[in-house]
Amino acid sequence: MDIFIQQIINGLILGSIYALVALGYTMVYGIMGLINFAHGEVVMIGAMVALSVIKLLENSGLPVFLLLLFGLAAAALVCMAVGFTIERIAYRPLRRAPRLAPLITAIGVSIVLQNLAMLIWGRNYHAFPPILPTTSMTIFGATITSLQVAIVLIAALMMIGLMILINRTRLGRAMRATSENPSIAQLMGVNINQIISFTFVIGSALAAVAGLMVSANYSIAHYYMGFMLGLKAFTAAVLGGIGNIAGAMLGGILLGLIESLGAGYIGDLTGGFLGSHYQDIFAFFVLIGVLVFRPSGLIGEKVSERA
Amino acid sequence: MSYLRISSMTLAVAAAISLIGCGQKEEPKPAPAPAPVAAPVPPPKPEVTVRLGHVAPLTGPQAHLGKDNENGARMAIDELNAQGLEIGGAKVKFDLVAEDDQADPKQGTIVAQKLVDAKVNGVIGHLNSGTTIPASKIYFDAGIPQISGSATNPKYTQQGFTTAFRVMANDVQQGKVLGEFAAHQMGGKKIAIIDDRTAYGQGLADEFEKAILAAGGKIATREFTNDKATDFAAILTKIKSKKVDVVFYGGMDAQGGPMAKQMKSLGVKAKFLTGDGGCTPEFIKLAGEASEGQFCSLPGVPLDQMPGGKAFGDAFTAKYGQIQLYAPYVYDAVMVMVDSMKRANSVESAKFLPEIGKSDYQGVSAKVQFDDKGDLKGGAISMYQVKDGKWEYRETIGGSPAEMVKEAVKDAAAAVKDAAVATGEAAKDAVKGAAMEGAKAAADVAKGAADATKSAAEATKAAVEKK
Repeated sequence: MDIFIQQIINGLILGSIYALVALGYTMVYGIMGLINFAHGEVVMIGAMVALSVIKLLENSGLPVFLLLLFGLAAAALVCMAVGFTIERIAYRPLRRAPRLAPLITAIGVSIVLQNLAMLIWGRNYHAFPPILPTTSMTIFGATITSLQVAIVLIAALMMIGLMILINRTRLGRAMRATSENPSIAQLMGVNINQIISFTFVIGSALAAVAGLMVSANYSIAHYYMGFMLGLKAFTAAVLGGIGNIAGAMLGGILLGLIESLGAGYIGDLTGGFLGSHYQDIFAFFVLIGVLVFRPSGLIGEKVSERA
Repeated sequence: MSYLRISSMTLAVAAAISLIGCGQKEEPKPAPAPAPVAAPVPPPKPEVTVRLGHVAPLTGPQAHLGKDNENGARMAIDELNAQGLEIGGAKVKFDLVAEDDQADPKQGTIVAQKLVDAKVNGVIGHLNSGTTIPASKIYFDAGIPQISGSATNPKYTQQGFTTAFRVMANDVQQGKVLGEFAAHQMGGKKIAIIDDRTAYGQGLADEFEKAILAAGGKIATREFTNDKATDFAAILTKIKSKKVDVVFYGGMDAQGGPMAKQMKSLGVKAKFLTGDGGCTPEFIKLAGEASEGQFCSLPGVPLDQMPGGKAFGDAFTAKYGQIQLYAPYVYDAVMVMVDSMKRANSVESAKFLPEIGKSDYQGVSAKVQFDDKGDLKGGAISMYQVKDGKWEYRETIGGSPAEMVKEAVKDAAAAVKDAAVATGEAAKDAVKGAAMEGAKAAADVAKGAADATKSAAEATKAAVEKK
């Protein structure tokens, strides 16, 4: 039983990490209808910057909390700048182009960012400084570290924060208007260029948080880490209904749970016929099933009510 | 009239094309005609450019290892160019054509074809077994010799390709040693195996499993991941429920490090053991304090026990920084290939290829001799354990110990003789010191060999005493 609980907890943590990244995808998609494939790389940049800053200040005697805060602040600033630049260079000139064009520039941007990171931080793996307590708590015989609890909480908090931002604030209203019909929104006095820039900047700040959390949890950062993470998070966003913020959270956690339980039990369930390398099959079967019966994702709604 | 014009134009185009074709070729120029007897100054030696392809993942999760390989090759090339070698009467300039296969088998074959089209004289690489095996067919079909410094999957040399060589013990040898080590030295009764589903990881894990079963151990579970994964909580939790003594991972450091760490945070009590792919400083960095006391194996003997090994290590570190993993092996691979060119007195692939099989080269990673398949003869495997945040050498297993000791003793004897000759010839005082040093060095070599190979220690003693 404790093993089952441990697997559920593993799934929750993994899922929250996916959700953290998926929030960024879903937000940009919700406002612009654009899949920002470079988002995974922005997460990577966030992780790298946070890591560098924390390493730099590691011996300054600052408390751990402040260290993390400085790392996060620096990462958020850099990511915001990167996000802003990406939108200006790669997406804005193509806003009226066919939908495929920005998709291709997105992939291009992600390759450029990856190689830039490789030039700046090198090809080696970077280990996250051991500043966080590694002791783990035991709940019903399952272990979880305080960082992992924090990840689950932060993912939930960020989701709620985003929902409030979009549904309750003036900026959010402008975002929703832009999402619904950019031309009309512009006629109503919404500066849509500014709104879209804001969307990217906020999405990138989320990426910085995700980057810090991911690299702290796995104590590893690498210029290549954004690729797989981005792919999985994108899957999670689609699963939950891309464009829907609660959907990103739901999709992320569901994907994490499916993967974790899949890897843990698929071997025993099939009598050793399928091994843990088929864990993704579980995840993608569920994805296909959801898309066949609900093309807009689990809780994705009508296009006009996105975001 | 118009017909004529067309044909003359065609001719011109054809000529232009053939000219371009000539310009692109970089084949060795023919040897010069013998110098006229009367000429007082010999004509300048012709120069040939020998291009060696090198393939490893330079992007992606294993880029750090790929770059390390490339640096090993580059170091060899730089040294060879500085020597100003002459082969077949022409001055030889070596040129490294470094390519990136992203550790992806598909990309590996594309790059291989590219190197074949570029008419390289030989290929060093690839890094991964998964890319080396499919690429080896392309090199074989083109008749281009290939020496890999790190592809350990046995299939590579079992395909019957006369062009395929490796300067590292294969996974059959390594898996066997690892299995026996886990079963006996680590006291593993119940063992869990994880691999990354690459040709290397899976191959090594299969050989390990065979060895465990042969040693009477029990495989509690076999789990899988991939070479890009970072989260292993699910499979490690399952392994925890099986209460195993040893967890073996067949794969690279980028997964092995985080895996060892997650084992600790999940409270898996088992010892962690991995093969050469995890035997790097990166592993320790990534696993942090969870790396303490874990084990890995690496083909060959430690660098500082090899003749010239320490010098290589120092020079490499000064130039490129810390050695990650395979740089010494790749360095040897280049040297072995060039050594064969020297013996064949030709840089043409077809001419020096037969010489590679006859190699007898003292490299920094091993004494390189190939069996009829192209595998390294008598590959030794060394075990390491993390102690105080560093890989510490434990012991060397296998590698036909008797032969190694014999070699060492022979070297020692030669050194003593040299020293003695020197003593006789030169001023007494100074040289006496040198002789003593020589003798001491010789004894050290013999002693080192004896330490490394306990089983043949007696033979060494006898041989040393005889002198």
